[in-house]
Amino acid sequence: MIAVQDRKIALWNIGVAYAAFLIGTLCGLLQVFIRNDALQLPAWLDYYQILTAHGVLLALVFTTFFIFGFFITGMSKSLGSFGPKVRLFSWIGFWVTLLGTVMATAMIVAGEASVMYTFYAPLQASGFYYVGLALVIVGTWISSFALVGHYRVWRKNNKGQLSPLFAFMTITTIIMWIIACLGVVATVLFQYIPWAFGWTDTIDVELSRTLFWFFGHPLVYFWLLPAYMAWYVIVPKILGVKVFSDSLARLSFVLFILFSIPVGFHHQLTEPGISNFWKFLQVVLTFMVIVPSLMTAFSMFATFEIAGRKNGGKGIFGWFTKLPWRDIRFTSIFIAMAFFIPGGAGGIINASFQLNEVVHNTLWIVGHFHITVGTPVAMTFMGLTFWLIPYLTGRKFTKSMKVLGLVQIITWSIGMLLMSTAQHLLGLLGAPRRTAYSGYNDHPAAMEWFDGILTNHVTMAIGGSILFVSAMILIYIVIMTMFLSPKAVEPKDVVDFPMAESDMTRTPKWLENWWIWIGLAVALIVIAYAIPLSHMIQHAPPGSEGFKTW
Amino acid sequence: MHLHKYEKIWLVFGIASLIVFLSVVGVSAFSQDHTPAGGMETIDPQKVNETAPFDNPGVTQLDEDTYQATIVAMAFGYQAPDLRVPVGKEIIFKVTSTDVVHSLTIDDTKVNMMVVPGRITTKSYTFEKPGTYLILCNEYCGTGHHMMYTEIEVYEE
Repeated sequence: MIAVQDRKIALWNIGVAYAAFLIGTLCGLLQVFIRNDALQLPAWLDYYQILTAHGVLLALVFTTFFIFGFFITGMSKSLGSFGPKVRLFSWIGFWVTLLGTVMATAMIVAGEASVMYTFYAPLQASGFYYVGLALVIVGTWISSFALVGHYRVWRKNNKGQLSPLFAFMTITTIIMWIIACLGVVATVLFQYIPWAFGWTDTIDVELSRTLFWFFGHPLVYFWLLPAYMAWYVIVPKILGVKVFSDSLARLSFVLFILFSIPVGFHHQLTEPGISNFWKFLQVVLTFMVIVPSLMTAFSMFATFEIAGRKNGGKGIFGWFTKLPWRDIRFTSIFIAMAFFIPGGAGGIINASFQLNEVVHNTLWIVGHFHITVGTPVAMTFMGLTFWLIPYLTGRKFTKSMKVLGLVQIITWSIGMLLMSTAQHLLGLLGAPRRTAYSGYNDHPAAMEWFDGILTNHVTMAIGGSILFVSAMILIYIVIMTMFLSPKAVEPKDVVDFPMAESDMTRTPKWLENWWIWIGLAVALIVIAYAIPLSHMIQHAPPGSEGFKTW
Repeated sequence: MHLHKYEKIWLVFGIASLIVFLSVVGVSAFSQDHTPAGGMETIDPQKVNETAPFDNPGVTQLDEDTYQATIVAMAFGYQAPDLRVPVGKEIIFKVTSTDVVHSLTIDDTKVNMMVVPGRITTKSYTFEKPGTYLILCNEYCGTGHHMMYTEIEVYEE
């Protein structure tokens, strides 16, 4: 059991995460019914306001707070209790992130920021929306530096040793996050805030988009890597085996520092201002992340097979049936991984240069999002929640909670399968993303999209409704395990943090020499961005004034 | 670092497919000109209506087999009178925006262009079938985003 003060920081982070989850999924429910014309919003509320809130609260706020709750718990568990300074800065980080979140959300609710979480200029939100977003980033940096400080103390006290795998992976994720944020911090601080408060008249739109996507793609790895941590470190323990290969796990993580950042152009493939050469170069770099992903897939299935055989599984696939399917901590994460197979394949399609034109900004992308961050990441976090909250509160995870957990996971899977399949197919037909109900004045081409067995207004709404039910079950579980479930008194009821053993005897020391990885990452960023970015700045057109088109 | 034999096979297979795949994409892009919409031209976003060719949007014939369709995007519509182009000819679309970011996306085709104020997006496309095509905006641009559309008529000569 970790120190009670550390548990408190983690619980507050997780609590805020699920408050955001509650509001965010409610917005999602409203959206599916507006999109099929079953629901009319009151005049003071706009579809795009709800859509912005859905994106910000789920993709940014839920993920970020949950990730820090998970990191704080795991770092305290693997490296020992926090010192007073680490604790202080973890709290400051938490409050600053929360302040930023509240500011940004208030602006969305006030109708001053219906600009989506991508906030593309020259849509101009209230300056306080951008300040809020900046505070969110600064808050995460403070929390990050607290954890880095904790890690440095451990390294000083354990000279010459490799750190535990959980800590190593946390630091990898944080390094990637801090480098990635430089792009969004630059654009928000030097472009958006002066422009939104009227200190400058115009903004260079293409530059702001490019700096945003410097951050926007590694942002998705910031969500994914904590899920990968659960897959590498938590799952083997649940299965009763060791980490398959410590060195490969570490290698795959450092490869993400290298290849998740110099790739933002693959979100800008169909836009002007970047020449084909640089777009293609970043497409190639994007595809390099397939290597660590393949390594991860191999490690996972190797872990499953070893565990299944240990339980008496025979033959080529017999081990599969011997996995602990009734253990909700495992089943949830297994389904999350399964969703990532089509999710990852869809990502390869999206980033495939000219192929991107077929899917760019269609509903396909929305479908892709929901079977990457919306299920592999989110469902892994759900699978963690089932033991993480009871572990932190010292409460039982009762039998009825286990059953509810299973219902929650299954409903989420079914809802997501229906909704994301409909979205993918509709996108292939050409239906655009981020739109309220529209038939383009009953245009025959648009009517045709919604005429299929799966591609119609109803499938998406059914999927969305099932997802909302699932979300509410989860909220119930969270409230119970946080405040109401009975305290675990008997040793058999105590919920533990499943952290697998990892054999480091053959892991090379250079894997934990961060300067190698930071240096290589910077070199790749310079190669991928220096020339096109300086060209963009030198040949910039006159800037754009702000517009409030909502 | 120790690698399991099967893992080596798996990674070699994966990396080899990656190389094949990227080569296909690259060769198709740079030797057959299958590149996405783009372009490096700039324009003053506040003077679009006074700047050629956007001062006179619409379809113009460049030579026997090439036409240019000049279109101005704005919240929430497209300014391009009489969008009619012939089937089987190369159409060069040139699009810019007078206000926020939009897209010009033609249903049932590969034309899917981001329209960024201050920049001119270019895309060459040859329609293979005559008919009336729906043009829509698929980048969020404000309250009327889902109302932003027009049509292009592709006629047989």
